[in-house]
Amino acid sequence: MTVKTIQAPLPGTFYRSASPGEPVFKSVGDAVAVGDTIGLIEVMKSFTSVIAEEAGTLVAFHVENEDAVMAGQPLCDIDA
Amino acid sequence: MAEAIRMFDVVKPGLATTVQDLGRPGYYHLGLPISGAMDRFALIAANRLVGNNDGDAGLEAVFMGPELRFASDCLIAVTGADMPPKVDGVEQPGWTAFKVAAGQLLSFGFLKGGARAYIAIAGGIAVPEVLGSRSTYTLGTLGGFEGRALKAGDTVMIGTAAGGGREGMSVPAEIRRAVGVQGASLRVLPGLYWHRITEGAQQTFFEDTWKVAPEADRVGYRFRGGKKLDFVPREQPFGAGSDPSNIVDSCYPYGSIQVPGGTEPIILHRDAVSGGGYFMLGTVISADMDLIGQLQPHQGVRFEEVTMEQALAARKDEKARLAHLETALAT
Repeated sequence: MTVKTIQAPLPGTFYRSASPGEPVFKSVGDAVAVGDTIGLIEVMKSFTSVIAEEAGTLVAFHVENEDAVMAGQPLCDIDA
Repeated sequence: MAEAIRMFDVVKPGLATTVQDLGRPGYYHLGLPISGAMDRFALIAANRLVGNNDGDAGLEAVFMGPELRFASDCLIAVTGADMPPKVDGVEQPGWTAFKVAAGQLLSFGFLKGGARAYIAIAGGIAVPEVLGSRSTYTLGTLGGFEGRALKAGDTVMIGTAAGGGREGMSVPAEIRRAVGVQGASLRVLPGLYWHRITEGAQQTFFEDTWKVAPEADRVGYRFRGGKKLDFVPREQPFGAGSDPSNIVDSCYPYGSIQVPGGTEPIILHRDAVSGGGYFMLGTVISADMDLIGQLQPHQGVRFEEVTMEQALAARKDEKARLAHLETALAT
């Protein structure tokens, strides 16, 4: 078992759900498959999906919903 | 053996990678913005490193680099933002010419500082000129590659290299603009409508730290976080809107700062609208316009008041930096 950290691909504002009031894409403890959306990053009026590139279990988030994130910043850990 | 066609395929486009040269001046009065690289010094430097003319077209990649597969051998340089280029996964130095062989993949690491990387390829990007420029104006779907940002699956042609570039040629560190520095300041010359805000607002505008809003783009750089600007009471002029920040429609210069409602300053940049009904409190001086294109979302900046004399002196310094670059690359 190895823990993989998903990093922000670009700077912006991180969102855990598709729009306010909607359920979060993933919670701690959820199973994650390759290609699953973990969250969104908004910058320049466009939303970029943060996609899991490995399967596993989501074990921790390092950022809160609506946090400002930098490119390369750890977003969450996945136990593969 | 037949020579490989000079082109590359877009494997991943990045966030909004566009073809840009030094712009399309001369049509702003018709509503067509100047477009071109947001950080012109960086594009010029990249072009010179690969032996191109200053005005040849390169790629502007914002926040996230593209992945490009080259069909022929090319000399490439990446400048501007600190976003490490990689050839087949091997990191290459920024601000330095390097080779990519036919079949190799150019990709990028995470953005470490700044916002926009400029990718020059010897020979330049060979898209047709539109009104004298290869720059992309995406809002007008004009110029560049089909008037839009690159998409996965695009094939982009490269021009014939003049051959003046040399692998390993590098821009000395002291000529590069430092990116990602906290506490950046943008120098501002107060303008025609400066009298519209109160003395208190004139003071807080320069004292407060303003943060780049995430929606800032090539059209305008929006800032928030400073105190709301109060306006001097007036009688609403004929033809102006009712908000105190409204004026009778006027031309918007490149670099002008409008503050709709007095809340969030917006600096108009390369793809800006050319006129409208918001007052402009002043204009960012030409020497600092490149720097705006390297500001990241949420980064804090201060505005600094300067006189016309100081603005012209700064413009002269910028020209000297370009001349210095020329000398440095000639040796």
